[in-house]
Amino acid sequence: MTILLEAQNLSRYFGPNVVVQNIDLTVKRGEILGFLGPNGAGKSTTMKMLSGNLAPDKGEIHINGFDLLSQPKQAKAQLGYLPENPPLYRELTVNEYLQHCARLNLLKGQQLKSAVATVIERCGLGDVQRRLIGQLSKGYQQRTGIAQAIVHNPAVVILDEPTSGLDPLQIRQIRELIRELANEHSVILSTHILPEVEMLCDRVQIISKGQVMFADSLTALHQQRLNSSLRITLSAPPPITELQALTNVSSVEPVSANQFRILYHPEQDPTENLIASAVSKHWQLQELLREQDSLEDIFMHLIKDDAPLAEVKN
Amino acid sequence: MWCVARLEISRLFLSPFAWIMLALVQFLLAYMFLSHIEYFAQIQGQISAIPGAPGVTEMIIAPLLSNAALVLLLIAPFITMRAFADEHRNHSLPLLISAPLSASQIVLGKYLGYLGFFLLQLALIALMPLSLLAGSAIDFYQFGVSMFGLFLLVASFLAAGIFLSSLTTQPIIAAVMTFCLLFLLWIIDFAAASAVSGQINWLAWLSLLGHFQPLLAGQINSVDLSFFALFCVVFILMTIRRLDAARLSL
Repeated sequence: MTILLEAQNLSRYFGPNVVVQNIDLTVKRGEILGFLGPNGAGKSTTMKMLSGNLAPDKGEIHINGFDLLSQPKQAKAQLGYLPENPPLYRELTVNEYLQHCARLNLLKGQQLKSAVATVIERCGLGDVQRRLIGQLSKGYQQRTGIAQAIVHNPAVVILDEPTSGLDPLQIRQIRELIRELANEHSVILSTHILPEVEMLCDRVQIISKGQVMFADSLTALHQQRLNSSLRITLSAPPPITELQALTNVSSVEPVSANQFRILYHPEQDPTENLIASAVSKHWQLQELLREQDSLEDIFMHLIKDDAPLAEVKN
Repeated sequence: MWCVARLEISRLFLSPFAWIMLALVQFLLAYMFLSHIEYFAQIQGQISAIPGAPGVTEMIIAPLLSNAALVLLLIAPFITMRAFADEHRNHSLPLLISAPLSASQIVLGKYLGYLGFFLLQLALIALMPLSLLAGSAIDFYQFGVSMFGLFLLVASFLAAGIFLSSLTTQPIIAAVMTFCLLFLLWIIDFAAASAVSGQINWLAWLSLLGHFQPLLAGQINSVDLSFFALFCVVFILMTIRRLDAARLSL
């Protein structure tokens, strides 16, 4: 697969503060890269640098083979960017606005018309295309913002928190739209909403305090789990030591009088053993749940690990 | 570049702002125009006997355009304040920055857009003197040169206004700064007039009014033309630098 966007060693300082430090980033064709981090981690700064709105203090950015710093025009022609606040002109109608955007991206004549018509259809803006942007709901404004980013059919689409401030239905619609985009474009999606990443992205990059904490595929992220656990409910539980003595169980935490969380190593699953004992010893098993580490736990774990380190640096 | 100019003009005309400006400026100047005609009609009998007496062009058109210059000085800051300050506040600048355009294309595009708007305004103003053709002959050379002078003056207002608009994120601050700068440059030769003769009078040289008045009288001096050209180029270059610098510093 061809690499459409490649950034190396990006660093950015605001005065003495390091906002982003040595971030590497690659996106291949047809891939959605989730860019994840808590607020203030440097997500938006990185997005601004990738879109040419902010010059990096160090590092290089190549978009579809063009260097963003030395060949900005060619590189920017390959790029669609939706900033945190969609760059809309409230006094224009959706149709007029998109025509101007297409024109800014050097489309002309018939090509321009068909590009605008296509993007209006793709983003579901048909019903509102003659209305003023200022009068639209936030969801439609956000869609118009996305339409603006893809109207010139760029190789790479950069979306900075595209679902913030939307209602659940709108969020779902925007997510569907983003997934569709990935068929033709590469997408970089910044967000602090974890389920969104789980749903949409092929790869994740987690940053905290301007540094990359993790960069790999989602499956690799799930394998990061240190412990796996089972949650069981027993009507007639034995003493906790008896549970602990079972093979492959590394530890047991009581949740309530009848509920226990059983931790074990991912490779050594005690489930079968546990069920057999429960039946033979009449513990009256009522519920057995496999607890999955959510992305959230992994995320918190990665960020927490970094905390003392970053404090020393600051 | 032209696409930025086009975007800017269509944004201007889609808000009521531009229309109200055009209409009110026209109304104000029409009132002044009529009062100049009235005055001319009163004294016409007395001055017609004097050989070489001033005609319609000197008595009506020149003062009208002089008034127009002052009115345009008042409204230009309100148009140019939109250039970058408004975009900053609206968070819409990234649209232009991430489009495949250079900083100079963005700045020049906006400048040309506003210039286009003011050309329309000037065309509307020019209609008033031209209406005198119905009853009198006018000196087309002097009229043409005065209109050209007014155009250069407006071009300078816009260049300064766009630059100051790129310095701040508050449109109103941009407008006030532009107005103060232009007004200072307008009246700076009041102080210059009292300067000791024989010294190089650099205050007078800075004055916009001082360079506009010869043009109004039908006099084309290369020093005036180069002043306006330099004025525009310097401010436009500074705006381009400023836009590039915003990317580097934030």
